[in-house]
Amino acid sequence: MVSVCFYFQVHQPPRLRKYSVFEIGHHNGYFDEHKNEAIIKKVTHKCYLPTNRIILDLINRTDGRFKVAYSMTGIVLEQLEKYAPEVIDSFKELADTGCVEILDETYHHTISYLYSKDEFKEQVELHNKKIKQLFNFKPKVFRNTELVYNNEIASFVEKMGYKGIIAEGADHILQWRSPNFLYKPKGLKNIKLLLKNYRLSDDIAFRFSEKSWKEFPLTAPKYAQWVSKINGNGNIVNLFMDYETFGEHQWEDKGIFEFLKHLPSEILKHKDNDFITPSEAINMYDAVAELDFPHYVSWADIERDLSAWLGNKMQQEAIKEIYLLEPSVKLSKNYALIDEWRKLQTSDHFYYMCTKWFNDGDVHKYFNPYDSPYEAFITYMNILNDFRIKANKLGEVNIIR
Amino acid sequence: MKVLMFGWEFPPLSSGGLGTACYGLTKGLSKKGIGITFVLPYSFDADNANFLKLVSASNIKIKKIASALQPYMSSQEYKKSLDKKPSPRMYGSTLFDEVYRYTLAAEKIAEEEDFDIIHCHDWMTFGAGIRAKKKKNKPLVLHVHATELDRTGGHQVNQYVYDLERHGMHKADKIIAVSNFTKNKVMEHYGVPSEKIQVVHNAVDFSQHYHIENFEIKKTDKIVLFLGRITLQKGPDYFVYAAKKVLEQEKNVKFIVAGSGDMEPFIIEKAAELGIADKVLFAGFLTQDDVDRAYKMADVYAMPSVSEPFGITALEAMKNKAPVIVSKQSGVSEVIKHCLKVDFWDVNELSNKIISLLRYKPLQETLKENAYFEVEKLNWDVPAEKCIEVYSELINKG
Repeated sequence: MVSVCFYFQVHQPPRLRKYSVFEIGHHNGYFDEHKNEAIIKKVTHKCYLPTNRIILDLINRTDGRFKVAYSMTGIVLEQLEKYAPEVIDSFKELADTGCVEILDETYHHTISYLYSKDEFKEQVELHNKKIKQLFNFKPKVFRNTELVYNNEIASFVEKMGYKGIIAEGADHILQWRSPNFLYKPKGLKNIKLLLKNYRLSDDIAFRFSEKSWKEFPLTAPKYAQWVSKINGNGNIVNLFMDYETFGEHQWEDKGIFEFLKHLPSEILKHKDNDFITPSEAINMYDAVAELDFPHYVSWADIERDLSAWLGNKMQQEAIKEIYLLEPSVKLSKNYALIDEWRKLQTSDHFYYMCTKWFNDGDVHKYFNPYDSPYEAFITYMNILNDFRIKANKLGEVNIIR
Repeated sequence: MKVLMFGWEFPPLSSGGLGTACYGLTKGLSKKGIGITFVLPYSFDADNANFLKLVSASNIKIKKIASALQPYMSSQEYKKSLDKKPSPRMYGSTLFDEVYRYTLAAEKIAEEEDFDIIHCHDWMTFGAGIRAKKKKNKPLVLHVHATELDRTGGHQVNQYVYDLERHGMHKADKIIAVSNFTKNKVMEHYGVPSEKIQVVHNAVDFSQHYHIENFEIKKTDKIVLFLGRITLQKGPDYFVYAAKKVLEQEKNVKFIVAGSGDMEPFIIEKAAELGIADKVLFAGFLTQDDVDRAYKMADVYAMPSVSEPFGITALEAMKNKAPVIVSKQSGVSEVIKHCLKVDFWDVNELSNKIISLLRYKPLQETLKENAYFEVEKLNWDVPAEKCIEVYSELINKG
C-alpha cells in the first residue's frame, strides 16, 4: 500500500515599500500595498483560482478518493480577503468537500520560535483562530515556517496539543532510513512526524519544466510509476510543495495543469495506492522509529539549515533587532503596532537579504523584489528604525500609566 | 603572435583608468605568451624608471616617442602643460598638432617593426593605428575606453576629436568596448554595427595583498571618498550635494575629494556655498600608494559618474575593502554585484545609501567581505584571453 499525501503551502509575504533614511521618524506606511495587490491578483489568476478548480474537479471526479492538505499563512489569507475574496470562497468550497485538511502554522510566516516562544505560541493561536473563522476547521497537524524543525520544537508543539508535525526528509538526519514512513520525534509519545520526500516533491516543484533534466518531459504515467515503486519499501509518500508551483513557478504552457489533472487517475490505477491527508496518515500508520533532530533543519537550499535567513551579518542583525522590540511593542497594547511588528517578522524579509546565491543568478532571484540583498537590508533597517521610535513612544506611555 | 600596441603610460605615472587598464592588459597578454611592441608617448621630464622595471618581461618591447600627450587632455590643458615643459618648442604648438606629430612618429615605428595585428587605445592613438594598418596591411583593433561623449557629458563635444574617433571606428577591423554601456554608445552615436564590437570588461591587478592600516582621522570621523578627475563626467557636483544631505543627518563625517580637474574651483566654491567647507577636504592628485591608502581609509567610496565607460576605481576600492557605491550609468556596474548602485542624478538615493553604510555596520561588513571575494576573481587573464580571441579571428580571416 502506498498512500500519497499532498500538502501545499500557500503564502505571500507583505512586501515592503522602499523606505529611505530620510523617512525615519516620519512614520510613513511600511508596506507596498500597490505591489502586494498586484502580485496577489497575478497569482490568483495564474495559480490559485485555476488550481483550486482543478483540485475541486478531481475530488468530485474521484468521488472523494483524491485528497489534499493546505497550509495557508494568516498574511496570505488577509491579503486574499482584501484583494481577491473569490479565492477565499474557492478555498471554502474545497474545505466543504471534507477531502481537504488544513494545517496550522505561524500566522505571520515567521521563525519566531527561535527568538520568543511566547510570541511563537501567540502567532500559532492567531492562525488557529483565523482558520476556524474562515473555514470552520480545527487543525490537528502543525507545519512550522520553512519547515524549520528540531526535537525541541516538536516537544513544544506536542504540548500545544497537535497530533502531527511536518519536517524535511533531510538526508543527513535520515541517513539510511526512508522518508516514506511515519516517525516519532525524539522522546515524544503523542505526536507523529511526517517527512517530506524531497526528491519526488522537487521533481514537480523544481524540475518539471527543466529541459536539461534527463526525465524531461515529466508525464503523469511516468510519475505514477515512480510512486508505485515505493510499494513494499514504505507506506506513505509526502509530497510537500509551494502551491504556487502550479501556474506560477511552473507555467501553464509547460503543461503543469495537464499533469495535475491526470496524476490522480494514474496513481489510482494501481489498486494498492490511495490519497490521504496528514491526519488520516497519523491515524492509519504507526511510527516505525524515533528520529533525532538535535539541530535546526529546514526545507531551504542544499544546506537544509537556517542559512537562507540567518547566514550573514545583515540578516542576524536585522532579526535580532526586531525581536528586541518585543517588550515595548507588547506593553503598548496597541493592536495596530503589534500587527505591524509581526508583519516585520515575516521570514521573507530576511530571505531577501541572503547573499549565498547572489553570485550565481539563481531561481531565487525571481521571488526577490529587490535588486540586491543590500537594498533589502537598507529598506528593512530604515523601517525598523522608524518602527523602533514609534514602539518606544507607545510602549513608554503605557509604562507611565 | 605579435601585437603592435599604441598605448599609454602605466601607473604610477598615469592619471586614470586608461593607464591602469593598459598596464593590466599588457601584463595579462604577455603572461599568455603574446609578443608586444608597446609604443607610448614619453615625456622627458617624467621619471620612467619605475615603469620600465614594471614591464621588463622579455616578450614586451618598448618604443618611446617623445611627446607631451597625456590621456584625457583637453586643448586648454595641453597648452598649460606646454608652458611647464623645459623645452616646449620640441612639441606641437596645439594638442592636435601634437597628436599629428605623434602619429607620424608612430608610423615610422610601424614601418620598422614586425607584427601581426595593431591594437590602439583611445582617440589620440587612432591616427597612428590607421597609418600603421595602411603601411603594413595588418588588421586594426581599436580599444574604446571612453568616447568624446563620455568625457564631455554630451555637452560641447569637440568636433575634431569626435571625427577622429568616428573615422577610426569605421576604418578598424574590430572594436573592443570596455562595457555594454560603451558598446551601446559606439553603436548609437558613431553608427557602428553591433557585430563589429566585442565587449571586454576591465579587470584589476591583484598582486599586492591587503594589509590593515590605522589612520589618525578615523578616530573622530568617518570618511566618504570621491576619487577621480574632478570633471563633469565624474559627477563631483552630485557628490557635494549628497555630502550636504548626509551632513544634515550625520555629524562626524568627512568627505574627501581626491583628484584634480577643471571643475575643482567650482566644487570648492559649491562646498563653501553649502556651508560644508570644513567637512569637504581636497586631497589633490594622489600617487598610487596614496590612492590605496585613501580607499583603506574610506567607509564609503562613491563613484557618481554621469557617464562612466568602465570605472576601474570601483574595483580598486573593493580590493582595498572600501564599500562601494557606483552609478548605474557605468560599465563596472555590469560586472560587479557586491556594491550599491544608484542613478547618478538621484542625490537623495545616493545620500540614503551613504548614510545607510555609515550607520549599519553589518551592511558595511557584509558588502566588504563579499566584494573582496568577488573582485579577487576579476583578474586580467579573462580580458587578455578575450583579446587574443579577437586577434586570432582577425588574423585567420587574413
